Amino acid sequence: MTMTTEEYRAVFTDKVLGELQEILSRYPNKQAALLPALWLVQRERGWISDRNMVEVAEVLGVTPAYVKGVVTFYTMYHQHPVGDNFVQVCTTSPCNICGAESVVKALLEQTGAKDPGATSPDGRWTIVEVECLGACGFATPVLVNDDFIENVTPERVPEIVKKYR
Amino acid sequence: MGFPHPPHPKETVLLSQYFGDPEARSHKGWVKRGGYEALAQALKMQAGEVVEVVKESGLRGRGGAGFPTGLKWSFMPKEKKKPHYLCVNADESEPGTFKDREIMRWTPHALLEGTAIAAHAIQAEIAYIYIRGEFTEPWTIMEKALAEANAAGVFGKIRIVLHRGAGAYICGEETALMNSIEGKRGNPRIKPPFPAAAGLFGMPTTINNVETLAAVPHILKRGATWYKGLCLSNPKSTGTKLFSVCGHVQRPGNYEVTMGFPLKDLLYELSGGMRSGRTLKACIPGGSSVPILSREETERTLLDYEGVVAQGSMLGSGGVIVFDDSADMVYQIMRLARFYAHESCAQCTQCREGTAWTTKILERILAGQGKTQDLDLLLDLSENMTGKTICVLSDSCAAPVVSGIKKFKNEFEDYIAGKRKPVMVA
Repeated sequence: MTMTTEEYRAVFTDKVLGELQEILSRYPNKQAALLPALWLVQRERGWISDRNMVEVAEVLGVTPAYVKGVVTFYTMYHQHPVGDNFVQVCTTSPCNICGAESVVKALLEQTGAKDPGATSPDGRWTIVEVECLGACGFATPVLVNDDFIENVTPERVPEIVKKYR
Repeated sequence: MGFPHPPHPKETVLLSQYFGDPEARSHKGWVKRGGYEALAQALKMQAGEVVEVVKESGLRGRGGAGFPTGLKWSFMPKEKKKPHYLCVNADESEPGTFKDREIMRWTPHALLEGTAIAAHAIQAEIAYIYIRGEFTEPWTIMEKALAEANAAGVFGKIRIVLHRGAGAYICGEETALMNSIEGKRGNPRIKPPFPAAAGLFGMPTTINNVETLAAVPHILKRGATWYKGLCLSNPKSTGTKLFSVCGHVQRPGNYEVTMGFPLKDLLYELSGGMRSGRTLKACIPGGSSVPILSREETERTLLDYEGVVAQGSMLGSGGVIVFDDSADMVYQIMRLARFYAHESCAQCTQCREGTAWTTKILERILAGQGKTQDLDLLLDLSENMTGKTICVLSDSCAAPVVSGIKKFKNEFEDYIAGKRKPVMVA
């Protein structure tokens, strides 16, 4: 994925605008629709550019700086393009003692992504270490895009990489 | 999706009765299992009557604080002058805890039913269920269940809305959660005002945990006296509780037991004990924010609010993290400190700086560059991080550090004295 800010396209038109209207009906004010609106942007564009933050600000009647303040607070919003497959691996203590760090290592090796957070040269993969995915009894949980995979071991990594490659 | 273990004979299955039963997920399947009867019953009662039943049952908040649920509901204004809101905390992010996830993905209607009963009891017209962003699977299941229940018209005038978080542990703190729903950064608010006076959108609000609400339909259906009778030890802790067991046990998973159940039995029998050839070293009984228990303390602990406090820790969310003799406690405590440093909202100096420096000092020790005075320094830092901030995230970082240094001091000293090979690079 090589999108840049130059290729800005508005998100809130037609169908997506309709979705936003429905979301707005759930709250007593427009600002409360900010998190859902940002999710829509990320779903449509893969990440949230500064220009799209301005668009969200205009649609919801808040300032662009305010939107940026919120985007930067929440770790799941991407402020830069990421690989086609965004992989989150839990490495917090309960998963850590069950070998989570070896899962990260295996994923990096087999996708060609150099370090956690870096995208592989072919643009297909970004592997990140995250804090607690809330599935500690199913160590190690791995979130590939929106697919939540449980009990991942280094031995299972090739099968996962193959599936999403 | 992982299927749960079949129930152990020593479990008391109430909330977990239909875990593993995919049919219970649909509205039709839920109704067939007696679902939504309690809601229909509650909607025929006065709001105040529902509050009284829950008060009488002794149900306490399952999110961590253990505050009496009925009492919390009774703080809402009796005479409604403004909109009232209910927030459901499904931002389950406490390391070691994965019970609410299981409730939502197996029995979504149990949560919806409990939510609607609570909304009726506090006279709220809208209930927001705040689900953490990473819970993609529970989200999809909840969305489907909500659509089915709405189509069946079971909620009367009550509207239930799902709200997705975006990756912030702190949003599990009740006032941060409200800010997050309002489209703000998830910074906790100073209390007072308490949510019942001025909460979501400045209106009277109640916030309840998923597991708490899932228990409510059972209480309505079978009565407060029956629920109160579910108690093995202290009468102040009633009902059943889901314990999420993880780490070094043979069968990690969720186990539901009556309050007062021995932790020893939960670990050695229900969870299948340690891996072969290993022995128990330490246990965190209530999610990563509570003090670490030694093996001896663990084996003495009774699982209720008072029983865990008696051993120097807290019941918290019921997330039980088990460490066997292979665990490097210094490294694991560093990982926990790193978690809190990552998740600090950075409003309060003690937390922002304290969690970061605690992590750095622990990393230094693990890199073989620790100094003898580092342990005192860590304790001093922890002292300044406890009871001094808007919320308890900072205290939660100090808990494993202080208890860890007290109970596993030799492991820290070995790194500092160079008796143990560094496991990190400075």
